[in-house]
Amino acid sequence: MFVRMLYQSFCRQRRRKLLAGIAITLGVSVATAMIAVATDIGDKINRELRTYGANLVVTPDEDTLDVEIGGVNLKPASTGAYLDEAALPNIRGTFWRHNIVGFSPMLTAPAAVQNGSAAHPVQVLGTYFSKQLKYGDESFTTGVRITHPWWKVSGAWPGDESSDVLLGERLAQQLGRKAGDQLEVSGRKLHVVGILSTDGAEDNQIVAPLAVAQQFLGKPGAVRRLLVSAMTKPEDALSRRDPESLKSNPELWDRWYCSPYVNSIAYQLQEAIPHSKAEQIRQVAQNEGTVLERIKGLMLLVTLAALLASALAVSAAMATAIFERRSEVGLMKALGAGNAAVATLFFAEAALLALLGGAAGYGFGNLMAQQIGQWVFNSRIAVQPVLFPVVIALAVIVTFAGSAASIRKAMKFDPVLVLRGDA
Amino acid sequence: MFFRMLMRATMVKPGRVFSALMAVVVAASVATAMMNLYVDVQAKLRKEFRSYGANVVVVARDGQKLPPDALSQVENILGNSGLAVPFAYAVARTEQGAPVVVAGTDMERVRKLDAWWSVTGWPSAPHSALIGTRAASVVSPDKKSFTLTFEGRKLALNPAGTLRTGAGEDSRVYLDLKEFTAWTGVPPSSIEIGASGTPDEINGVIGRLASALPGAEVRPVRQIVEGEARVLGKTRATLLAAVAMIILTAALCVLATLTAWVLDRRRDFAIMKALGASERLVNGFFAAEAAALGAVGAVLGFAIGIGVAAWIGRVNFHAAVVPRFGVFPAVFAGSVALALISAVLPIGLLRRVQPATILRGE
Repeated sequence: MFVRMLYQSFCRQRRRKLLAGIAITLGVSVATAMIAVATDIGDKINRELRTYGANLVVTPDEDTLDVEIGGVNLKPASTGAYLDEAALPNIRGTFWRHNIVGFSPMLTAPAAVQNGSAAHPVQVLGTYFSKQLKYGDESFTTGVRITHPWWKVSGAWPGDESSDVLLGERLAQQLGRKAGDQLEVSGRKLHVVGILSTDGAEDNQIVAPLAVAQQFLGKPGAVRRLLVSAMTKPEDALSRRDPESLKSNPELWDRWYCSPYVNSIAYQLQEAIPHSKAEQIRQVAQNEGTVLERIKGLMLLVTLAALLASALAVSAAMATAIFERRSEVGLMKALGAGNAAVATLFFAEAALLALLGGAAGYGFGNLMAQQIGQWVFNSRIAVQPVLFPVVIALAVIVTFAGSAASIRKAMKFDPVLVLRGDA
Repeated sequence: MFFRMLMRATMVKPGRVFSALMAVVVAASVATAMMNLYVDVQAKLRKEFRSYGANVVVVARDGQKLPPDALSQVENILGNSGLAVPFAYAVARTEQGAPVVVAGTDMERVRKLDAWWSVTGWPSAPHSALIGTRAASVVSPDKKSFTLTFEGRKLALNPAGTLRTGAGEDSRVYLDLKEFTAWTGVPPSSIEIGASGTPDEINGVIGRLASALPGAEVRPVRQIVEGEARVLGKTRATLLAAVAMIILTAALCVLATLTAWVLDRRRDFAIMKALGASERLVNGFFAAEAAALGAVGAVLGFAIGIGVAAWIGRVNFHAAVVPRFGVFPAVFAGSVALALISAVLPIGLLRRVQPATILRGE
């Protein structure tokens, strides 16, 4: 009998149920979309923060002091230690290989450009542009096109296996050269394929593939410095401790090693590249933690506001739906139904509405979240599957809460008054 | 008579009016808080981004020097909206003959602009220096005083502390600018500026600096400026989507509640018609009621919304939120419009029904 009444209630009063159902669906979809966006935004913003460039630097541990003013290196060429280029693909084998977005080796070699009859001294910076590397049977691309997104080239980027070069903007102006020219540098002919603009020291240099700089220096396989761009976790109390002090406590050590703190990634880079010292580039690494925390905090608060608004909308819809049916309540009570029976019927209806509306709302919310992800970040929002039961549970709770007050009020109606239309 | 009816309508069944008013107040406060936040969050986040350091830099052109009053000109143009730090560089030699870059700067300002510098002790006394961690092993390995020579002139220095940044600063020795200039005679070659404000304001500052210092090159630090623009842009877009969804939901809530409230009063409507009121009068009555509800709800909701936005500002940004009163017209207009729609629509539907049918309870 109960089931038949429930079924008939849905069949006969389709429009009213539909309106309540739509309210629930809309409320749930907004809640789902907001929760999905808020949980994923940390990751998305972390990726956007990589626009600031490298946050880690790896140098040889036996290095001598840099003597550099305004990007011009005054140290004699033969001094200093080097990292081994062959060890670079090992970075792809570290625990945090998917957090490491890219890396660029740097090597500066002094040379001279033949300008008419005079030889103009220049610095040749060797690096990777968009180099294909292999680690095991995995191949990946890395280079300045990933780690230095503010470098702008008018012309074309050189191939990493070629001897094409980029000419810094200011150097090009000084020499009166442009893209497409041939340069004679320290006896070698190099083809300029583009003009580089960075607003930094590179505007006064020739930027070439790493192999070319290594040839000028006479040191094949040498790398002076490695700049690494990684997605990190903001610093907290655990990350600020000295790693050596953590070694005595295996559990803390595991937690530190397996969290993408910038110091932990630096430690693992040192493990991957022999005879190296890795540290964070503080200007980039320190500040991104703060910015990320602020944005995540903001989204969390906005999500709470959204949940509140959804809950209110759903409650309002349920409360009005039940209030309209007080003549039904009067009829049932006049026919002998007890308060408990009437209340159970209404709660069962509410639960069914919540389940159906909640499921539909989850689907729509997912779509809305993906739309937002595409529009803002050009990527998919990762929705955790655990969100589904959470959202359904929330929908049921809110629907119950919204109906409870009006059901209780409806119980108090005198059937006579209600049926007469006086209530 | 009209106003008496309006007042009585509120007094007779306060419960229903109250819940309708509550719906409007909550919706208006949520909308206000969200819009306030959207407008304010950009200013707040920009302040966070200033901790990345200098976003504009002034350097002397090749072969020229900066004019001696360059720093004071920069300060005049910047006013309160930024911080300018001068830097001067020279190559000196240690007692063993090893070359090391020495830099002169204003310690107070550098501390504010470059907050990420990890410093164990700032130099305060004369003849004290801040040494980068890599330079320390060359210049003062046993942390004792050392002497540097520049073009024959010696200067004895005490290490006040070490500096770690992970970048070029680690290889240098930093002195107070006055002491540096007195020793080397080399004037500042660059001024790093942390300018605050919107990109347009910063471009304006760059323009004014460029015209005030024609012998120097004034340019933005592209890495910082582009990073900020990108992250801020994405955050703002996400916030916009969120705010739009929330305001829509709140509007839905108001619509549902007010429509139900008006439909609930259909007996009043029927009685008025039965007593001979014209359609216009009845419509006007309900519209006035709804508009009054919308207006009162908007004012109360706005006040609460400002409070909520202030709370969010305190909790998340640890800074006071500026109440944006410019949001009020939008919230007010929106509330009244929503209230009117939710009143007029049901009345329009009920128009065609006979009063007698409604009074009979159908």
